[in-house]
Amino acid sequence: MIELKNISKRFGRLQVLDNVNTTFREGECIALLGPNGCGKTTMIKTILGMVVPDSGQILFNGQKVNNDWKYRSQIGYMPQIGRYPENMTIAHIIEMMKDIRKEGGVVPDDELIKRFGLDTMMDKKMRTLSGGTTQKVSAALAFMFKPSVLILDEPTAGLDPVSSETLKERIIREKDKGKLILITSHILSELDDMVTKVIYMNEGNFLFERPLAELKEITGEEKLSRAVAKIMGNKSIGRPSNQMQPV
Amino acid sequence: MKKILKYVIVDIIQNKIVVIYTALLLLISLSVFNLESSAAKGMASLLNLILLVVPLVCVIFSTIYVYNSSEFTELLVSQPLKRKTIWLSLFGGLATSLSLAFLIGVGVPVMLYHADPTGLVLILSGLFLTVVFVSIAFLAVGWTRDKAKGIGWAIALWLFFALIFDALVLFLLFQFQDYPLENAMVVMSFFNPIDLSRVQILLQMDISALMGYTGAVFREFFGSTTGILISFFGLLIWIVIPLLFSLRSFKRKDM
Amino acid sequence: MKTLRIVLGIVIALIGVQNPLVAGKVYVGKGHPVKTIQQGINNAQPGDTVLVEKGVYKENEIKLNKAIYLKGISFPVIDGGKKGNVMEIHAKGAVLEGFRIINSGQSEMHDLAGVLLVDSYGVTIKNNQFDNNTYSILTQHSRNCTIKDNEIRAYANNEVLFGNGVHCWRSDSMYIIGNNISGHRDGIYFEFVTNSLVWRNISRKNIRYGLHFMFSNNDTYIANVFEKNESGVAVMYTNNVNMYNNYFNDNWGGAAFGILLKDISDGEISGNYFGHNTTALDIEGCNRLKIFKNKFVNNGYAIKISASTLDNEITRNNFISNTFDVATNGTLVANSFTGNYWDKYEGYDLNKDGRGDIPYRPISLYSTIIESNPASLMLFRSIIVSLLDKTEKLLPGITPENLKDEKPYMKPLPL
Repeated sequence: MIELKNISKRFGRLQVLDNVNTTFREGECIALLGPNGCGKTTMIKTILGMVVPDSGQILFNGQKVNNDWKYRSQIGYMPQIGRYPENMTIAHIIEMMKDIRKEGGVVPDDELIKRFGLDTMMDKKMRTLSGGTTQKVSAALAFMFKPSVLILDEPTAGLDPVSSETLKERIIREKDKGKLILITSHILSELDDMVTKVIYMNEGNFLFERPLAELKEITGEEKLSRAVAKIMGNKSIGRPSNQMQPV
Repeated sequence: MKKILKYVIVDIIQNKIVVIYTALLLLISLSVFNLESSAAKGMASLLNLILLVVPLVCVIFSTIYVYNSSEFTELLVSQPLKRKTIWLSLFGGLATSLSLAFLIGVGVPVMLYHADPTGLVLILSGLFLTVVFVSIAFLAVGWTRDKAKGIGWAIALWLFFALIFDALVLFLLFQFQDYPLENAMVVMSFFNPIDLSRVQILLQMDISALMGYTGAVFREFFGSTTGILISFFGLLIWIVIPLLFSLRSFKRKDM
Repeated sequence: MKTLRIVLGIVIALIGVQNPLVAGKVYVGKGHPVKTIQQGINNAQPGDTVLVEKGVYKENEIKLNKAIYLKGISFPVIDGGKKGNVMEIHAKGAVLEGFRIINSGQSEMHDLAGVLLVDSYGVTIKNNQFDNNTYSILTQHSRNCTIKDNEIRAYANNEVLFGNGVHCWRSDSMYIIGNNISGHRDGIYFEFVTNSLVWRNISRKNIRYGLHFMFSNNDTYIANVFEKNESGVAVMYTNNVNMYNNYFNDNWGGAAFGILLKDISDGEISGNYFGHNTTALDIEGCNRLKIFKNKFVNNGYAIKISASTLDNEITRNNFISNTFDVATNGTLVANSFTGNYWDKYEGYDLNKDGRGDIPYRPISLYSTIIESNPASLMLFRSIIVSLLDKTEKLLPGITPENLKDEKPYMKPLPL
């Protein structure tokens, strides 16, 4: 569904993405892991067209997206830190987003708004919201237009446990509908129930890219966190996978 | 395009600084017309306002506004929207609201006290200068991600057009004073939107009579309908070119 | 005022001399045997009154050569039919009154006029209407003549073919009073005219000068209005000119001035009002003029003074709302500018004597720049220019150091 071909990007002297190649398919739920500054967010932003790659191509359903923009109507994006115009209220933001995306003809899905309790604070301005509430708004917006691809950058960071669960539950439901989901997270434990594939990035490269089942099998661990830890301890297991994925 | 524009305009019109700017313009215009002994003198005083204050406020406010809307643009860029649409909407929003502020603050008083072709040219030039300096602000924003540097650039550009350019012209005039420079001066004025507006307004005020032959050359060019059209076209170029450059850098910008 | 009173006395006396009450009468026109004005004049004896009835008289080259009182009733029209002079006066003590004189000839060889006054003495031309004549009134070698209360109008469109409203050449003691002149080349033109008075005339919308004289010494100009003439007023090569209480208004254009004084010496220019002229007063090569109690308002340049101008005294004038107060092409100006009111003065008056404590420098740097480099017009009213002017005012470097008003008034003088 989404294909990255030889994507490279530098910020100044820092090579953030170094010739990245991969393919994401429908029904996959991919965990994008790696240390801070390894290029996860940049890769996500590249897919979204927010960062323009220095070289390489991104194909969305086989179409190049370099200068296209319509494909983004099929993506729901939840940024790591949602930054919104400070003077707009939640209602304004939602109304504006509906305005922008109404061409898809989808009926907006208000489920998360209600479950996060946002509907009771619609008139609050964005600058008055706590970090967690802002994240809730981001999450609600990402799911609102029933996109076929969900890109979630640290979705549960800053969310309270209940909301966190609500969101996870929703992610799993979307996965079961056969949507492509891309998640980055530092809290590996919460990814256990949903992930089908794990990508570990370091310094702009994929250190490994394997289906979760395979990973568990190789490491013999049941928990994702332990599996990752183990594989990082033993690079020889990780390495072949770097080249093994057919494109 | 339209829907984003709407949000931008609504946001700017609520902005306190724009309200203060409008009130200030209105206050100055009205007091100028009431205090000066004649409406013509009022116009002359307004000229300074238009050539100095309007570009400065427009360039600084627009620069700060664009930097402060980085969240907004970031949000929009991840949405199914063309970057061009987003950028032009921001531009359109700023240009529209600041023009509106100018129209209320200066346009209305001028129409009340001096409704004639001179007044009209004054208003038109002011509107053009407003939009030109919004465009120049966008150019400055395109040059750097750093807000402080961007504002610095914006002020530097304003300073260049308001002051330094003229100083250079004066320098050239004395370097080449043995040559007939009248026609060259007409051309030079096209390289600075402030000069272009100033010359145009002054000729409407019939100041050219003061200046003998040079005045005649200027008058012949800027006084004719073609000349007026060409000089407004020149101002239009001053809007389009910086905007295109800024659009190019915005298209490549990483959020 | 003394001069004025004397002059008035003379004028009244002159008119009195021509009192027709005691003389015989000749009637011309409808209902009378005499049908032409010329015939009427021929029939009259000196001292007689010739009364012309209302009507149109297509006559030209009418010769008036005796001391009669030729009077039109309800403005009979004398139509010169575009040939020659309409009337030629060569007389002593004749009076022409109450006619409408139109359509003199036009020629490139001769100066043709509505009324030509030659070698005359004590002639009065009053209360006539002149319309569409090349020259309206043209005097040569005449003395002690009065041209009074005439309405003079023409439709000149080029300076070569058209002439002047009142044109005096080699005349003396002429009294040009209360005429209303427009549409000629020059409104009033004097060449070699001496000891004359120009009083209460209105000269406007002429295509060259409202008033133009040269080599005309000892003349006085009082309470005239010169406005909207293409080039204003130009006076040259003359001594002892006095100009009081005249209005010079709206002479606006590339080469226009309120008044151009060129090689004028010894005179007084006082009580005049200069409003909205490109250059109100342009002084070139003039000496020992006293310019006082004038008002300069809303002009482009109030005074332009050339370097060759010496010993003029400019004092007790009001300078208000002029773009430039004084401009000069030289660096050393030997004229006095002390004791005027300048609205641009920014000084202070600590001792409260009504006079500023620091000198005012009426020359702006920019006006000096424009003098030497006209193309710098492009920078007119730009910020750089205001900055330069402010700096120059504090530390004069380029503008003439000694051109300053040591004791400027703080408030406008009551003029």
